[in-house]
Amino acid sequence: MNILIELFSYDFFVNAFLASLLAAISCGIIGTYIVSRRIVFISGGITHASFGGIGMGYYLGINPLVGAGIFSILSGMGIQLFSSKGKVREDSSIAIWWSLGMAIGIIFVYLTPGYAPNLMSYLFGSILTVSSGELWLMLALAVVIILFFTFFYRTILYISFDEDFAKTSDLPVNLFNYLLMILISLTIVLNIRVVGIILILSLLTIPQATANVLTREFGRMMVYSVGFAFLASFIGLLISYFADIPSGATIIFTQVILFGLVKLIKTLF
Amino acid sequence: MKKLLEIKDLSAGYDGNIVLDNVSMEVFSGDFIGVIGPNGGGKTTLIKAILGLIKPISGELNLHISKTNIGYLPQVNQIDKRFPISVIDVVRSGKADSALFSSFRKNTSEKEKAESLLAEMGISSIRNKAIGELSGGQMQRVFLCRALMNNPELLVLDEPSTYVDNNFEGELYLKLKELNEQMAIILISHDVGTISFFVKTIACVNRNLHYHPSNIITEEQLTSYNCPLQIITHGNIPHTVLKLHDEHEHHEHTH
Repeated sequence: MNILIELFSYDFFVNAFLASLLAAISCGIIGTYIVSRRIVFISGGITHASFGGIGMGYYLGINPLVGAGIFSILSGMGIQLFSSKGKVREDSSIAIWWSLGMAIGIIFVYLTPGYAPNLMSYLFGSILTVSSGELWLMLALAVVIILFFTFFYRTILYISFDEDFAKTSDLPVNLFNYLLMILISLTIVLNIRVVGIILILSLLTIPQATANVLTREFGRMMVYSVGFAFLASFIGLLISYFADIPSGATIIFTQVILFGLVKLIKTLF
Repeated sequence: MKKLLEIKDLSAGYDGNIVLDNVSMEVFSGDFIGVIGPNGGGKTTLIKAILGLIKPISGELNLHISKTNIGYLPQVNQIDKRFPISVIDVVRSGKADSALFSSFRKNTSEKEKAESLLAEMGISSIRNKAIGELSGGQMQRVFLCRALMNNPELLVLDEPSTYVDNNFEGELYLKLKELNEQMAIILISHDVGTISFFVKTIACVNRNLHYHPSNIITEEQLTSYNCPLQIITHGNIPHTVLKLHDEHEHHEHTH
């Protein structure tokens, strides 16, 4: 216990703790939407496309996360546009944006003179080096997501469950699809620092799978997902600190173990 | 009789392929129209056009009632059965036009309406179940409740028999006959033998549309409508028996 109290006297640890809490809120809620609506693959495409923005950020000397934000929103819109208006199969459209973003990122990182600092932390995450500026952004995002999903809970639920039926009810389906796509993009970008591009999909899917073992109700699944995401992130954070192993990977590993445990307990009892 | 909708020389389809060609039709209050035709003949396309889910390529479609006054029951394969949603929420989604900002309203009348529909269908006990836990028959009733939430003037059902394994549920059709006293019904089915007992008129859809102003249809008429159909008869359920027309059966797969 004492050692925990001692840990919380370090700024970097408090920041990491807050980052895991805020990441759990945004990823828990947005992830439930993603999983329920079966758009995990789209989210994977957006995540990887954002690497293009990171590379461009390095090249232009701006914050790579700003570049990542622009790229992920553009790719989210692009995927929807390609498949709805361009008559490209949706999965092909995702693959195009996914690989295009990665390619642009690699080219720009290569063209950037000298050494690209922290490149690995964008790929694999580095929760222990999250800055307080990034925390404020994560807090703002968490607040926006909570408000949006509270205000429009039923609209989002109905559109996600049966888009055609929602259209016949005159709900603003396209507007919500785009707004939610923007929220997905922002969630991905702001959580890149926590677990990294390679692993972020797990925060959006594993806690939800764990929650889904216990409930089949959209709202409850969101709340449980936030809980499981936070629990596993915090435990993973502690393990990574004491065992001195990479935090992002440890957090994901803990998520999977937690899923396995809950599934096992549910099966046995 | 009130005219609910009017379709004039409508052509519709997907990606430039015309599935419905120059179709005309009118629907009045009190109608109970059975829409029959082979797979891929355009039955669902017709419904999607009526519901505004696809834009017509040419021609006119005039709704004389509000879009939200059409109740709609989709085919079972349109539904994601693993979606985390409870029965009561599915039914309440039928009144989705009140969903915006509903978080901070009481929505008492909407909840009561949903509960009373569940009670009417005899499925109040499953109100909190997830839809993935339901039998086909239960699910069919849940989605019928959803379609009725807005007290529609027109009820559109796309192959309701796909929900149940044995292809037929007499109870549903009796319920529809009862509902028809309050609303017009368009019922899509590939099973002409069964529905012809319940519907008042028949529309054959196979790229074109032939409206048949009675519920008795003969093999010769089907042939002249270019509506190749396999006619299925069922054991102990009332139905209009039609002669099998073997020579046309193979068309069902080629159209």
